[in-house]
Amino acid sequence: MEILEYSAVALSAAIREGKATATEAVEAVLARIDEKEKDINAYVTIDRDQALRTAASVQEKIEKGELSGPLAGVPVAVKDNMCTEGMLTTCSSKILENFIPTFTAEAVKNLEKAGAVIIGKTNMDEFAMGSTTETSAYGVTRNPWNTAHVPGGSSGGSAAAVAAGECFFALGSDTGGSIRQPASFCGVVGLKPTYGTVSRYGLIAYGSSLDQIGPLTKNVADCAAVLELIASHDTKDSTSVRRKDTDFTSALVNDVKGMKIGIPKDYFGAGLDAEVKEAVLAAAKVLAEKGAVVEEFDLSLVEYAIPTYFTIAAAEASSNLERFDGVKYGYRTPAYEGLHNMYKKTRSEGFGAEVKRRIMLGSFVLSSGYYDAYYLKALKVKAMIKKAFDDAFTRYDLILGPVAPTTAPRLGESLQDPLKMYLGDIYTISVNLAGLPGISVPCGMDAKGLPIGLQLIADRFQEKKLIQAAYTYENKS
Amino acid sequence: MANVITDETIEYVGILAKLELSDEEKEQAKKDMGRMLDYIDKLAELDTTGIEPMSHVFPVQNVFREDVVTNGDESEKTLKNAPGEKDNMFMVPKTFD
Repeated sequence: MEILEYSAVALSAAIREGKATATEAVEAVLARIDEKEKDINAYVTIDRDQALRTAASVQEKIEKGELSGPLAGVPVAVKDNMCTEGMLTTCSSKILENFIPTFTAEAVKNLEKAGAVIIGKTNMDEFAMGSTTETSAYGVTRNPWNTAHVPGGSSGGSAAAVAAGECFFALGSDTGGSIRQPASFCGVVGLKPTYGTVSRYGLIAYGSSLDQIGPLTKNVADCAAVLELIASHDTKDSTSVRRKDTDFTSALVNDVKGMKIGIPKDYFGAGLDAEVKEAVLAAAKVLAEKGAVVEEFDLSLVEYAIPTYFTIAAAEASSNLERFDGVKYGYRTPAYEGLHNMYKKTRSEGFGAEVKRRIMLGSFVLSSGYYDAYYLKALKVKAMIKKAFDDAFTRYDLILGPVAPTTAPRLGESLQDPLKMYLGDIYTISVNLAGLPGISVPCGMDAKGLPIGLQLIADRFQEKKLIQAAYTYENKS
Repeated sequence: MANVITDETIEYVGILAKLELSDEEKEQAKKDMGRMLDYIDKLAELDTTGIEPMSHVFPVQNVFREDVVTNGDESEKTLKNAPGEKDNMFMVPKTFD
């Protein structure tokens, strides 16, 4: 078997059994990067020497029996908004063009402890603000299935790297769909955990009440294994939840008999591409044939999710991004007059257009006289949206729908009309508002040969139901 | 467009956001923000009387811990990232005369 064809878990097993080595795996990935990266541009930073050194030391530990976990020796790519000690971390922004963190994000640390080997940092929309990975200051990432198309975003580099074999799995972050949507566009599995499951320590914040780190993987079994490793209670993240049920791989069971699955009618209306609709409904049928009880229902409030999200996310972003001021780290404008002029020029030169747009909107909705009408209103609607999901989960184990209204758009198409691009997040965004877990699983191709994703959503802390249903679907034949 | 963003508003938001926009960027920002606010105004359709604003999905309270230092002195490492540094401190432009 060609080494790159292994899943992450299978590769680690092969290494433990002596059929492959961690070094061979890294070398294979680096060779694939040499071949593909000029077309894909999935990475901002690749650290070959360190990856090879780490692989050699991990291999030694595996041979000595000091490391035996399910991802030991496996090459991983990390989204460039997670801090990695000693390794450039840019958030795909000019303002962090020279930022070398002095510590490592907790989720990444968990992977390192388990013997995963970091290859580098993946490209993203600047500060995770975007749906296409086109707002990066370091060039666009292209979709491995068709390089004229975007990989989705904002974790587009992570999704593309997994799809192109430029790593065995990757970490992404999801604020409004940023793991699930690129996973869907690139034909890989992506999971956004329940808010609080994975520590946000070391994740450079966009919308703190919505951000979660999660896996992008080749299949559902890898996804469960990665989630099991990165989920941890962390006192360094005050929103971290102490969970005992993080043995997610125990949910890799090929059975959905009696599981109740609701399909929101509101997710299948105008704007949904016919091929996507057909593929998603066909997937629902597979689960029904396997014994799930599938029915349609009215979720309600769907059209209010995007305006709610943009108000809250922009408000939090405007506050979170105040720290980039040219004083403690990152870019500082070369010419200025006094402190305030330095702040303004540094930020105006360092941030791209989409980031500025959201900071401006966020500053406005939080400003005196508008706070109640916009920000507070959005927090109230958020409570209503959460309740709509709470009601649905009294009747259903899972909610099933599309990830995105279309398959991956062509490069350059989306940025012409930001509002239209925002509307593409309609099926993913309320999951973040309500703090729920959601998974994207490949469920077919459109006529252009681009992947389509199926989204499953569960109640808070019910990732195991997601994994079980996704695994059952994946083993359909 | 229902929301007309004035030059004054853009100036004010620029001050809050600590951003200095070119004239061209200002015109674009006026249009973009007006359009976004028109869209966000959709929320006004919903009656939210009596609904508590929800900032966090879990009923979490403040998390307290003992005020004990657990990390060492990392000032040297930290200052390596600083655009300006002097005598183990961040160097900033003159702030007052």
